[in-house]
Amino acid sequence: MTSNDDSRANGEESMKTAKAQVAKASGKVSPSSLADVAANRLQSQTANTVGSTGLEARSIHAWFGKKHVLEDISLDFYTGTVTALIGPSGCGKSTFIRILNRMHEFIPTASLAGEVFLDGKDVYEPGVDVTKIRLRIGMVFQKPNPFPSMTIKENVLSGLKLAQLKMNNQEELLESCLRRAGLWDEVKDRLDEYGGALSGGQQQRLCIARSLAVNPQVLLMDEPCSALDPGSTLRIEETIRELSSSMSIVIVTHNMQQAARVSDYTGFFLSDGGPGRLVEVGSTSQIFSNPKEQRTEDYVSGRFG
Amino acid sequence: MSTATVPSKTPPVARVITTKPRFSDKVFRAVVTTGGLSSLVILAVIAFFLVYNGFGVFKSEGLSFFTGFEWVDAQPDAGTAASYGIGAMLYGTLLTGFLAVLFGVPIAVGAALFLSYYAPEWLKKPMVIVVDVMAAIPSIVYGLWGYFVFMPHAEYWAKLIHKYLGFIPFFDMPANAFSRSPFIAGLVLAIMIIPIVTSVSREVFAQTPLDRIQAAYALGATKWSMIKAVVFPYGAGGVVGGAMLGLGRALGETVAVYTVLNLVYDIRIEVLLSAGGNVASMIVNKFGEADAPELKALMAAGFVLFLVTLIVNFIANIIINRTARKG
Amino acid sequence: MTQVISQVSPQKPWRPKLKNLLPEVLGALFTAVSTLLIVAVTPLKGKLGFAIVLIIMSIVVSSLVSGIRRDKKAALNSTTTVLVYIASAFVIIPLFSILYEIFRLGIGGLSFGIFTKDMSLTSSDSPLTEGGLLHALIGTLYVVVLASILSTPVGILASLYIVEVKGRFAGLVRFFIQAMSGIPSIVAGLFIYAIWMINMGNSYNAVAGAGALAILMIPTVARTSEEVLKLIPPDLREAGLALGATQWRTVAMIIIPAAKSGLVTAVILGIARVAGETAPLLLTIGGADAINLNPFSGNSSAMPYYVWKNYSLGNPESISRAWLGVLVLMIVVFIFFSLARFFGRSKGVKK
Repeated sequence: MTSNDDSRANGEESMKTAKAQVAKASGKVSPSSLADVAANRLQSQTANTVGSTGLEARSIHAWFGKKHVLEDISLDFYTGTVTALIGPSGCGKSTFIRILNRMHEFIPTASLAGEVFLDGKDVYEPGVDVTKIRLRIGMVFQKPNPFPSMTIKENVLSGLKLAQLKMNNQEELLESCLRRAGLWDEVKDRLDEYGGALSGGQQQRLCIARSLAVNPQVLLMDEPCSALDPGSTLRIEETIRELSSSMSIVIVTHNMQQAARVSDYTGFFLSDGGPGRLVEVGSTSQIFSNPKEQRTEDYVSGRFG
Repeated sequence: MSTATVPSKTPPVARVITTKPRFSDKVFRAVVTTGGLSSLVILAVIAFFLVYNGFGVFKSEGLSFFTGFEWVDAQPDAGTAASYGIGAMLYGTLLTGFLAVLFGVPIAVGAALFLSYYAPEWLKKPMVIVVDVMAAIPSIVYGLWGYFVFMPHAEYWAKLIHKYLGFIPFFDMPANAFSRSPFIAGLVLAIMIIPIVTSVSREVFAQTPLDRIQAAYALGATKWSMIKAVVFPYGAGGVVGGAMLGLGRALGETVAVYTVLNLVYDIRIEVLLSAGGNVASMIVNKFGEADAPELKALMAAGFVLFLVTLIVNFIANIIINRTARKG
Repeated sequence: MTQVISQVSPQKPWRPKLKNLLPEVLGALFTAVSTLLIVAVTPLKGKLGFAIVLIIMSIVVSSLVSGIRRDKKAALNSTTTVLVYIASAFVIIPLFSILYEIFRLGIGGLSFGIFTKDMSLTSSDSPLTEGGLLHALIGTLYVVVLASILSTPVGILASLYIVEVKGRFAGLVRFFIQAMSGIPSIVAGLFIYAIWMINMGNSYNAVAGAGALAILMIPTVARTSEEVLKLIPPDLREAGLALGATQWRTVAMIIIPAAKSGLVTAVILGIARVAGETAPLLLTIGGADAINLNPFSGNSSAMPYYVWKNYSLGNPESISRAWLGVLVLMIVVFIFFSLARFFGRSKGVKK
């Protein structure tokens, strides 16, 4: 990151944050395990300015077959913050975040160069257990994809089952995940219904709750609201703000207003026909009010893209 | 701006669109419809002629046609009447079919999983060709191979099973005859149904939505836990349907079973013993020297076989179509 | 900030590298060595004992290796991976055994002479240099061609009904054609025997066999044609209709020509499916040792019948003849399959 000034100085942004914090304080947090989450939030709030990085991408390049799609991307992601990645379609944002949790390698022609450090350890190091990496770096996809053969409850707890983790106090975990995803009140009476019966926005929050159940350090969101209506989008944005206290969130979005609303930092990706590059990165307020690069200004002011 | 639309008092009525087809199209449709419906007609005609010719036997034998163990012609010299019962053959058909599914389906599902999720890119195509070629081999070839090449091995396995598991009634041996047993016929049929079960399973596995698979991986699933959580719930119906299609093939198989199964008009649970039954093989076996009444009995047996396989196929296709629509 | 410092090259770090495969290689080595040892020391003997021990050892070792290196779920994953590979091996082994044995047992009798002579003047236990299977090849040719003539119109009309006319019963027809592909071949033979011989009073001939095979061929032709017709882009159809053509002309002049090679594939696949059918022919063609050039009268032979008959005769020469017949039959079947694949491919390229 080049710039580290606190984005919360911005008027509208601080209002939202304040609201979110009030919501937290007023008992939206579950009684049990979320107590330390709240404490975490305070900690990270202060640590925020210092900048404790959990996830670092170093000179990432990516290819599909012979096609160079990403060039030399270096980005740090700080615990307790939301980083938005913006840019026109086809500039490699999604490819980039799929590299972060090693989903890139499912495409047969894919290859890459560079490193991704999680707590100082390269996730692409040979011999690393990739399933453990994905447990620590969760992902929410563009289209809501709850498992249709599982109930709401089973969906939330599916990560534990898939990773064969011990499951004590299931009920508590279930409730806290659904609460953090902002879905508890809507589904608490029908936890045994199938996930497919929910609305699109609810399904997406169910997917968020599913990712939370394995307690990831980082949550990657690949255009999580692009398939949703405006109301559901707002609910998810609230959820993102609330979650950001305890983890690092990376969100890819086409929607600049959304980036401005939810993120602390923003990175602008652009491809000029060749591979996608990171044009500029900085605090969200700086990117939107005072970008250093002309191309960034053109994009955020709507002159192209 | 043009005139504003005046709200009409009566709601608009949708016009009924009719087309008057040209004469050539009428003929075309009639011909194509006839051709299309001919499959139904053929099935109906098959059923009719088998019943028509076998009706006398159904009438004279009654329920004992399905339950009887005897298949003897009338002996005018000895003064005994004919007695036709396919009970033992029917039981034997179901037994070998069951064994075929028992051995074949796990292997076929494993191969389908291999093709869908495990095989390296370069191996997929050769493996698909292997399955296609297996499906293309005529049953007489399976019969010859089963009798001359496979049976000596399978007899040896049967002896080992009897030696170590002989205390289980199924593996008991009242006589030292291990060749041409339901066990061996079941194994040969298992090999024969592997291609169809594999390809149906592979088709339904391929319909598993990719985003669900990725969701499982993103939650830290291993390949196997992903398959268990996503692929099997999606594909279970298709696998069951494919297994039933395989069962249908196994029930109707004729020459391959004929060579590797000894027909005995008795119901036995000892699967390793050289005594089994199979309706289709019996028809071939008896057809050569059958007189007119016996031919009628064979028609009746053929009708029963037709009905059983048709029902199994109906159920299989309903299950598969439902699974395919869901995916 | 985006400056390329040095030339970077694409890598696939998720691909296992040789030195990181050390545990797996050691595990495989250990599996092999321990299997040999166990077979040598214990009373387990022979290929079967070796195979069983190898399977058990590879499951145990692979799950132990991943279990120790990783965790329980990795161990389970390794076990299932080994099982899936074993299942695939079980699919491949019989096929290779079948092809190998056909070649080994059939190649000895293969000579030019068998394609020029029949068995009318040769007794079954005379050496393979005498006699031939020309009569069976001619019989199969007749039966298969006649079956194609009978089944192709019905099969293609059925597919046209489902895809082009989309009639009221399209779903039903589709369902019944699926069910029809499961009819046991012996039932088709019995049916033809009932209607053609018993009720119409004819005797054995090649046409009767062709009728039985046609019943078995219709579903294959219809289902493959349906797939082919579905691949025709809908705008082609609409283009024809928009030009004012009738449906009949659209189908005849646009759809059928566009789908031609696919429809040929459908027929060839149908032929390949029935060319080796034995059971229905046993009840319909009567069998013969001499060439019968008239398909409408007199007993006839066919390749599967030839194999069956020589297998049933049971003397060493006739069994060799049966294997020779299997070899020739397989060559015939594979020629048809290769043709089908060839036509199927050219269709794919055009699309």
